[in-house]
Amino acid sequence: MADGLQVTELNAWFGTRQVLMNVNLRVPSNAVTALIGPSGCGKSTFVRCINRMHEVVPGARSSGQVLLNGDDLYGPGVDPVMVRRRIGMVFQKPNPFPTMSVFDNVAAGLRLAGVRDKNLLHDVVERALRQAALWDEVKDELYKPGSSLSGGQQQRLCIARAVAVQPEVLLMDEPCSALDPIATARIEELILDLKKDLTIVIVTHNMQQAARVSEWTGFFLMGELIEIGVTRDLFTHPREKKTEDYITGRFG
Amino acid sequence: MSEADARRGGGSQAVSLPRAFFIASGRNVWGDRLFQGCLYAVIALFLAIMVGMVGALVVESLPAARRFGLSFVFGLEWDPVQESFGALPFIYGTVVSAAVGMALAVPLGIGAAIYLAEVAPFPVRAPVGFLIELLAAVPSVVYGLWGIFVLAPFLRQWVEPALGSTLGWLPLFKGPPYGVGMLAAGLILSVMTVPFIATVGREVLLAVPNTQREAALALGATSWETTRVAVLPYGRSGLIGAVLLGLGRALGETMAVTMVIGNRPEISASLFAPGYTMASVLANEFTEATSDLYLSALVEIGLLLFVVTVLVNALARLLVWTVGGAVKGIRE
Amino acid sequence: MSIETRRFVVNRVMGVLSGAAAALVILPLILVFGFLLYQGGTSLNLDFFTHTPKPVGEPGGGMANAIVGTLILIGLACGLGLPVGILGGLYVADSQDAHLPSVVRFLADVLNGVPSIVIGIFAYTLVVLPMRRFSALAGGVALGVIMIPIVLRTTEEIIRLVPASLREAGLALGLPKWKVTVRIVLTTARAGITTGVMVAIARIAGETAPLLFTAFGNRFWHHGLDQPIAALAIQVFAYAISPFDDWHRQAWAGALVLISIVFLVSLVARLATRDLQRQAR
Repeated sequence: MADGLQVTELNAWFGTRQVLMNVNLRVPSNAVTALIGPSGCGKSTFVRCINRMHEVVPGARSSGQVLLNGDDLYGPGVDPVMVRRRIGMVFQKPNPFPTMSVFDNVAAGLRLAGVRDKNLLHDVVERALRQAALWDEVKDELYKPGSSLSGGQQQRLCIARAVAVQPEVLLMDEPCSALDPIATARIEELILDLKKDLTIVIVTHNMQQAARVSEWTGFFLMGELIEIGVTRDLFTHPREKKTEDYITGRFG
Repeated sequence: MSEADARRGGGSQAVSLPRAFFIASGRNVWGDRLFQGCLYAVIALFLAIMVGMVGALVVESLPAARRFGLSFVFGLEWDPVQESFGALPFIYGTVVSAAVGMALAVPLGIGAAIYLAEVAPFPVRAPVGFLIELLAAVPSVVYGLWGIFVLAPFLRQWVEPALGSTLGWLPLFKGPPYGVGMLAAGLILSVMTVPFIATVGREVLLAVPNTQREAALALGATSWETTRVAVLPYGRSGLIGAVLLGLGRALGETMAVTMVIGNRPEISASLFAPGYTMASVLANEFTEATSDLYLSALVEIGLLLFVVTVLVNALARLLVWTVGGAVKGIRE
Repeated sequence: MSIETRRFVVNRVMGVLSGAAAALVILPLILVFGFLLYQGGTSLNLDFFTHTPKPVGEPGGGMANAIVGTLILIGLACGLGLPVGILGGLYVADSQDAHLPSVVRFLADVLNGVPSIVIGIFAYTLVVLPMRRFSALAGGVALGVIMIPIVLRTTEEIIRLVPASLREAGLALGLPKWKVTVRIVLTTARAGITTGVMVAIARIAGETAPLLFTAFGNRFWHHGLDQPIAALAIQVFAYAISPFDDWHRQAWAGALVLISIVFLVSLVARLATRDLQRQAR
């Protein structure tokens, strides 16, 4: 199938240290795929290889193929900047741009890329904030600084900022780990909505979260993808012993 | 309409972005390269300035250096008319005025640094620190103005006569009380240098880890004993660095010194006598230099001054950076 | 006296002594500013700000040309000091190059310690000699070179404080690296950079020595940037060493204006830095 993400033989290094070994993975579109595993297992690195953020770190490199709807993201002449426009990312700690208002934050991806049409920007910002379930809370205060929002709101703001450029895939790297349970629940709710428009990959430490939001789950350990499958199956009848050990809490 | 759609509201239809947004433009790569180019161009300019400065000083001073050689440094005669140039009076003046200045500034500066870092109650620290920083910001010419109209008359009327009558048997305090002279220059230098020593000294002491203090206090030491035993030894090289930074400033200080030192190229043992520093002769005579050799001799003095201050400063920074590494270089 | 009492007394005495040292350090500030207020305040009037100097011996006149001259020199200096300082600081903070950034940082610190009169000599050889005359341009170059290390180091410090996550967020949005640096990192840092620039301006506003043989001073309005130009600091110096009482009074007034500008800028910069530090926590 041509749609979704197809990752083939992905390896990644930081200098001479190899952190991902031969990962093969398919991420189906319009679905949520969760990646779980203990700290340092490479799931964050994996996700950063998808949107070509890994190579920004000095000394970091990768090999292998990543196809997005059939397009080779690492092909010759491919501009990483354009790759990152098609693939959005939300980070562990909310990081709205501190000198910008709520509106400016959401519009940043478009405005800084040269889009000037004010009406267009307004429409885009409103739609993005609705997708992030934040519109109702901020619609009367769009010009307040982004940093004046609460932690959970800031993260939703970052989600809105990421989806405003209409990416095909949204990568979320432990997006709720810095948030309280209520804020976490709101974000999990909106993920279930978002997947209608995008493909979502969520890295999480929290197995219950993976079970709640995802259709597919992949288990990483020490740079390798040990197992990937339908979420319910992976958690109830894991095929690999290592997966079972992790899920039942024997390590990590 | 599902509940989710209701929540999203009416504006949920996809907004179409302009096609141009999705097309890769070569501009990205060029933008990065151009920006990097600008950065490197600026760095090249900066390096050119540094090299140019040293080069200009060396090239312009070559005629005088070739003519006078080492006798320039040891020569006592500064005679523009005869074109005989010896810089010893200025070197002497610079060294002595700086020494007098440091003699006062070092104990006061370190004392103030200790006060700010260890002794002062917390609400007092920021305001007092700010006042000391203000002192460092006062322009040299303003200190010089105060020196001419307040300090020098004060010295001439009260201090120097008193010193002369009590300690006049010392060669240091012989001679008529002019007011302006080496003593005035030294005092002004101490006023100007002490804020630097105090501020940098404070940073050095604050960088000493608290665990050192706690160890001493846990043994039952008093506050002063803690400072003396745990903090000062740890920060010793940094404090020396702070003092050297002050010295660097004192050596290069121009306007205030020029205004109160009397500007006479003579070497005298007395602090009451007028003198001349390297920076002062540059300030006074640069525009008067009538011949190429005269100018070259002046530039050679500038070169000497440059070399000395750079060495002192480099040594100072080495020492200050070895303590804690948390000390910010530029904020003096 | 028992050992305990002696230790207690020594502790008290040292505390008092260090406080006395601090007080002695601050004393000149009060003395200088006090005299300036007293002597200069009485001479400050509207004429001072609007008139140019009168001929030698005639009372009256002001320092209007010197004030404007200082502003012009500051503007020229910024033309050199700001690009080199800000972009240089950006380079030193961000670059992945092996050795060049630390070399630049070291040289900036060296430059910071060079006496300003020596920098004046450099500007003299670079601008005055080829042009065969003193000029505002030469003065601007001298002051600009003095500005560079101050702006560069404060910019470097501020840029280092910008969290890496902001850069990552910008890149992840699909923005090219240079746009992330200019539109996001520099924008976030702009308050701190402005503070650094203000501190640098306060410093060069009071500089006299390097101007003595570059801008040279001018009793009248300058006729072009390639002509000698008056500056507040030079004027104060010239009047102070003159034999005329009236000029002495004007020197006090000029010094009061100078020190007030410097103090105000320092205060604003200090308050701004405190805010930034609070935000960073």
